[in-house]
Amino acid sequence: MKDKSISILKFIGLGFFEPIVRLAAGEEVKKNLTELIKKVVFPLVSIFLFIILWSVGSRALYNTERNYKIETARTSGGEAAVTAELARIESGQSTINSLPAPGAVWEAFKNLIADHKAISAKKEAFYERVSATNEKLAAQGKKEITYTGRPSFVDQVMTSLKTVFAGFILALFLAVPIGMVLGLSETLRSSFNWFIQIFKPVSPVVWFLLVYMIVKTLTLTYDGDVSFVISFIAVGLCAMWATLVNTTLGVASVDKDYINVAKVLNLSVGQKVFKIVLPSAFPLIFTGLRITVSVAWMVLIAIELLSQSPGLGTFVWEEFQNGANDSNAKIIAAMFVIGLIGFLLDRIMFSIQKLMTFTEA
Amino acid sequence: METKEIKGTREHNGLFRHEYMLDISGLNKTYPTPNGDYVVLDDLDLKVKKEEFISIIGHSGCGKSTLLTMIAGLNEISKGTIIAGNKTVKGAGPDRAVIFQSPSLFPWMTAYENVMIGVKQVFAHGSKKERDDIVKYYLAKVGLEDSMFKKAKDLSQGMQQRVGIARAFALKPKVLLLDEPFGMLDSLTRGELQDVLVEVWNQEKITAIMITHDVDESILLADRVIMMTSGPRAKVGDILEIDFERPRDRAALLDHPDYYKYREHLINFLEH
Repeated sequence: MKDKSISILKFIGLGFFEPIVRLAAGEEVKKNLTELIKKVVFPLVSIFLFIILWSVGSRALYNTERNYKIETARTSGGEAAVTAELARIESGQSTINSLPAPGAVWEAFKNLIADHKAISAKKEAFYERVSATNEKLAAQGKKEITYTGRPSFVDQVMTSLKTVFAGFILALFLAVPIGMVLGLSETLRSSFNWFIQIFKPVSPVVWFLLVYMIVKTLTLTYDGDVSFVISFIAVGLCAMWATLVNTTLGVASVDKDYINVAKVLNLSVGQKVFKIVLPSAFPLIFTGLRITVSVAWMVLIAIELLSQSPGLGTFVWEEFQNGANDSNAKIIAAMFVIGLIGFLLDRIMFSIQKLMTFTEA
Repeated sequence: METKEIKGTREHNGLFRHEYMLDISGLNKTYPTPNGDYVVLDDLDLKVKKEEFISIIGHSGCGKSTLLTMIAGLNEISKGTIIAGNKTVKGAGPDRAVIFQSPSLFPWMTAYENVMIGVKQVFAHGSKKERDDIVKYYLAKVGLEDSMFKKAKDLSQGMQQRVGIARAFALKPKVLLLDEPFGMLDSLTRGELQDVLVEVWNQEKITAIMITHDVDESILLADRVIMMTSGPRAKVGDILEIDFERPRDRAALLDHPDYYKYREHLINFLEH
């Protein structure tokens, strides 16, 4: 039980919980206590310090802006204006939109979840109401009525995950086969090197615009979710380069001994590629795919923001434009959610990588 | 792979030409360099009889490995011919199995799969059961019946080379080529593996050519030791017949008076 849970934890990359499991089993208490302090307590302390620093910093920023407002009021209207300004700040009429404090972000996060629950309830109620109509419409072969209200934060996270997943699949199916072909043929590799070198460093924003130009024309008659199509293609194209380069490298640098063995055994080209070249390139391909997922998640926010696809990027941008009292807190809350999801995605890829590839002893 | 039948022409020693399992004549290997051609091997002749085990010793860089890879078909022949069995060597093939210096197993496959991938190529017409038997037989022969289904990367170097030996023998090749097969192993493991090789070879009697640095190894295993001159333009410098009876036993050989005579001969050659 103990060893099994430790190996599972290690496998999914959460090995730092190991001392806790060992302590719970009452094993080598002194050694595991030191481990616990090193691996768990110190990180907790650093999180605590981070929050303190953040608190202090946001307070200082708040005060700076507040003082500035008061000073401006004083120079324009004297003491009376100062009192009026203070009252307006107090009542929230005059907003101070600086870095929000940790508490405010936590509040905003809770509000977002509560908001999600409210919207979900509304949505359910809506579908209940129209279910009879929808059945009739479906029977007549017409389009069913769908909920068109505002998406909640969680809905937006889901859309973003969907976009990243679609983009990742696109990158996978583009980059791995192309990388393999380029890796196998030196002629093709040198002929298309310019292409990779030039397009690899292109910014996500430009990729978005390029995809937009092409997809917009191609989808003139398509009445589906064009913004989703554009954003996932742009995400895929931005993120695929790491996989492309790594696959090419992995395939091109297969151990010469393996190739010699394949020659001695007279393996066919197909066998050579799928039984030897591909498996031996797997570790590098997976490293590439891991980078691809991280990059996809990173560029997603910028691309969604531009494409107006209803995901996290749009959420952040709308909140910023909105400029309400808790907008900044919501943005920071979204930032943490983005970071955590990015971390989780990387862990998932890491686990798949471990499961799929060999590591040479 | 192109093949060419060789007619049995009578040689001066009374053997038909095709009674040689391997016939190398006028072999030359030249690498072009910016400063002119670099000739590694020049006009090398070597004939190996059926069921003969020969070893080739010589200093590092004398072209031993080049010779072996040329026989294997992994290295282009600049001039001359190599006839293995009765086919002219053009490219690699499973009729000339190679045991490489590094085991060169596919680390993502099990020991069993590593042997099976070759057996499948050679015994494509056989039934699944037959192939399975062949693979298991040879893995058991090299002492791996308990580790057959372990991934190659989880095996020790010595165990990996055992799989390499099994893989080569399981191909039922006409010629077995060994490129310093035990060079990367510690001396204890090396001894064990030499014994494994001797044992399997005694049963299979596959014509073998082994490159080695190790004088004792070549005496233990070979019928003839070919001493190559130092390169460039390396050729056969001297040949020593090892007249020990087979099957051989390491301990018995060490007590044999001729052993030290052979040893001295080889070391003398290497030191001059």
